[in-house]
Amino acid sequence: MVKRIDGRKFDELRKMEAKVGVIPNAAGSAMFKIGKTTAIAAVYGPRDFQAYLQNPEVGVLRCNYNMISFSSGGERVRPGPSRRSREISLVTEKALLPAVDLSAFPNAVVDVYVELINTDAGTRCAGISAAAMALADAGIPMRDLVSAVSAGKFKGDFIADLNYEEDSAEEGVDFPIAMMPRTGAITLMQMDGIVEKDDIKEFMKIGKKACEKVYEVQKKALREKYGK
Amino acid sequence: MSELLVQEKEVVIPGQILAKGMDFLPAHGTFREEDNIISSMVGLVNLNGRLIKIIPLTGPYIPRRDDVVIGKVVDIGPWGWRVDIRWAYQAMLSLKDATQEFIERGTDLTQFYNIGDILMVRIVNVSGSKVIDLGMKGPGLRKLTEGRMIQITPSKVPRLIGKQGSMITMIKEKTETRILVGQNGNVWISGLDPIKEKVAVDAIDIIDKESQSEGLTDSIEKYLNDKLGIKKEKKVEEKKEEVKEEKESKKKEK
Repeated sequence: MVKRIDGRKFDELRKMEAKVGVIPNAAGSAMFKIGKTTAIAAVYGPRDFQAYLQNPEVGVLRCNYNMISFSSGGERVRPGPSRRSREISLVTEKALLPAVDLSAFPNAVVDVYVELINTDAGTRCAGISAAAMALADAGIPMRDLVSAVSAGKFKGDFIADLNYEEDSAEEGVDFPIAMMPRTGAITLMQMDGIVEKDDIKEFMKIGKKACEKVYEVQKKALREKYGK
Repeated sequence: MSELLVQEKEVVIPGQILAKGMDFLPAHGTFREEDNIISSMVGLVNLNGRLIKIIPLTGPYIPRRDDVVIGKVVDIGPWGWRVDIRWAYQAMLSLKDATQEFIERGTDLTQFYNIGDILMVRIVNVSGSKVIDLGMKGPGLRKLTEGRMIQITPSKVPRLIGKQGSMITMIKEKTETRILVGQNGNVWISGLDPIKEKVAVDAIDIIDKESQSEGLTDSIEKYLNDKLGIKKEKKVEEKKEEVKEEKESKKKEK
């Protein structure tokens, strides 16, 4: 049987690890590790927010994604503030927003900081998965958790959870998705590469299945902190 | 056909389906989506007849009327004082609720409470627009001096107080300190002996971290006995103390 570069099956995810409550100062925090990619998310708030962005009807979710300067070799992506990190901050916010209910906190803000301490593809997905757990840890009312993972295509095969080699290959397609596992609603869908129309359906299928595996890890981590 | 999917006191996470069917009613920490009742926070299930409620295990302090809280003065204006009570919105202590005295126009308000002062106050009103009014009229409500404030997770305040105050009374008596607990998780500690005060702070820290473990009151009692016992023997035998401390550090790790 043909396998992938790192010996995984096509729909197999990298080894996952999650821990809730890693930053004592924060209201809620979590670490999510998938393969060599490690994301740490911290949530602060709801807190006072006297800025032009405040909304008197509902609380504001503010996300910040950042790759720490030593997190990668910098061959493809240079860590630090950039157009890319602004974009991912925005999509992280949009991916989490349908799951959180901030109606009880008008005019206030909930800050989510996602830091990647080691990166090897799939950072935005790891960040979103960590942030969802951190929000739950902070006690922010949520309609569901959010699980994220990338689907993709590499040398004609449909695969889940791309690693760096697959992601950066010229013919590779990266298709990160985030899902609310209970309803199956998709909150993030991006694409990088050239695909056929029918490929999308395949990506969705493989991605949704993979998200459920991520969800199991998230559930277990949350129960581990709060369960007996 | 209705079906309950969880048990009493089970730990649930956001998005978990608690019950199916219309026979159950969603209460605090839950919501209904179509036929299902779903949890919206991490907490313990509490069943009360048809009502399903979640007792949160984490989360911010949500102010309620008549709660007694400990806060810090952050601003003074012509209307009174603004107090930070660990909530997203600042709370107002207006002149009329602050004191029985008559305050003349133009009085320097810092002579009553200054910025940085710690106050024990009661929440008089929580308005729909999240404006919180505080009051200082009532027994024990005053400016707190000579002591220090520590913070615990607000949802763990009931655990710190214990059944009919059993836990907090025990810590107070054993360490001979005065401890005031605000519903918002701010705790004021003042003791005559700084070493005993430190023991009390550490004990409260343990309660904050291990609030779910069973038999917590007993283990805290043991902790206090050990710690305070050691202090008495300190001058006589220093070696013994070292051994004991080692044991304790091992216990803590466990």
